[in-house]
Amino acid sequence: MKSSHQIELTAGIFLLLAIAALVFLALQATDRGVASGDGYRIEASFINVGGLKPRAKVALGGVTIGQVESISLDPESFEALVVMRIAAQFDDLPEDSSASILTSGILGDQFVGIEPGGSPEPLVDGDRLMLTNSALQLEQLISRYLFNSEEEE
Amino acid sequence: MSTSKVGSRWTAPLRHLGQAGLFLLTAIAHMRLTRLQLAETLRQVYFAGVRSLVIIVTGGFFVGLVLTLQTYDTLTRFGAGDAASTVLALSLFRELGPVLTTLLFAGRAGTSITAEIGLMRATEQLDALDLMAIDPLERIVQPRLIAGIIAVPALTLIFNVCAIFGGVVFAVFLMGNDAVTFWGNMQASVELWRDFAHGMWKALAFGFLAGWLSVYFGWTARPTGEGVALATTQTVIATAISVLMLDFVLSAFML
Repeated sequence: MKSSHQIELTAGIFLLLAIAALVFLALQATDRGVASGDGYRIEASFINVGGLKPRAKVALGGVTIGQVESISLDPESFEALVVMRIAAQFDDLPEDSSASILTSGILGDQFVGIEPGGSPEPLVDGDRLMLTNSALQLEQLISRYLFNSEEEE
Repeated sequence: MSTSKVGSRWTAPLRHLGQAGLFLLTAIAHMRLTRLQLAETLRQVYFAGVRSLVIIVTGGFFVGLVLTLQTYDTLTRFGAGDAASTVLALSLFRELGPVLTTLLFAGRAGTSITAEIGLMRATEQLDALDLMAIDPLERIVQPRLIAGIIAVPALTLIFNVCAIFGGVVFAVFLMGNDAVTFWGNMQASVELWRDFAHGMWKALAFGFLAGWLSVYFGWTARPTGEGVALATTQTVIATAISVLMLDFVLSAFML
């Protein structure tokens, strides 16, 4: 039989464990969560980001190299400004790389795909990608198809 | 035989409910906050909470593992395997965490509370306390009731963490999914105040219910071996059924 002191101590540790679990869940598993903080930021502006959401993955050749940090509207160009955080180990991406918004599978989420360029200069924190491809929009594709087929007739 | 007997058979559940309600009101009326009471409550948190940890941690881990396995297997057929973490977190936070924790708690801790109080009744310890002018409602019932309200939400949090860890083990370590996508999808779709907080309110209500039913069935157990055995069984049955029913009511209110 444990002494009363030991029991109270264990109960205290138990409650502390529960509070730690609360903090962990709130910060890691919900929308108040903090994205992992290492790496460097790059940005890219798109005419249309489609259904891209913050925290979507940034991939190069199918391998995840980072995460979308924020999406906002550039007040001057009226383009969507996507800020991405790239993991520190991928610090030698060429400066003239391009970004496009892709979809994983047919029903999958949208993500940013990076296409490496050929420049010897690497991307550094705060750089902006110049070459971007917007999200494919099904409605536009359909209307373009209809429009073109009308012309041909 | 007769009408009164038939009547009593049909009204027995109602009478039980009324009795349990009155018992709860009396127990609340007898509540007192003293240092001694707080220390005793903490000791009961140990007996109800810490001793349930093993079953909660193992249960949580395997629930997370199998839930991710099943959803991942189904969702990959539609090319949406990435959404498995969202399904895991939402179903855990909103339903499975609080409900399964309370069911496990009722089996592990609720029964032992019932049996303990029932045995105190059988061995006339409660009467002895009364003789010593110590209110058993205050000294025995109150700490165990409050311990349930504290322990179930705490155990729910730990259950959720273990289940998410089980999900990570399956999706990230076994299936080789990407950890950033796993957490990113989860963070993008689980709302702190809507999904997570609602689940914790449920856990609080369930803890109250589980504690209340455990002490009630112990308190009203017939003072025999058979009576105590019956009371522990009733605790599990009553807690399981009422938690599932309350879950529906609370979900309907919160959505």
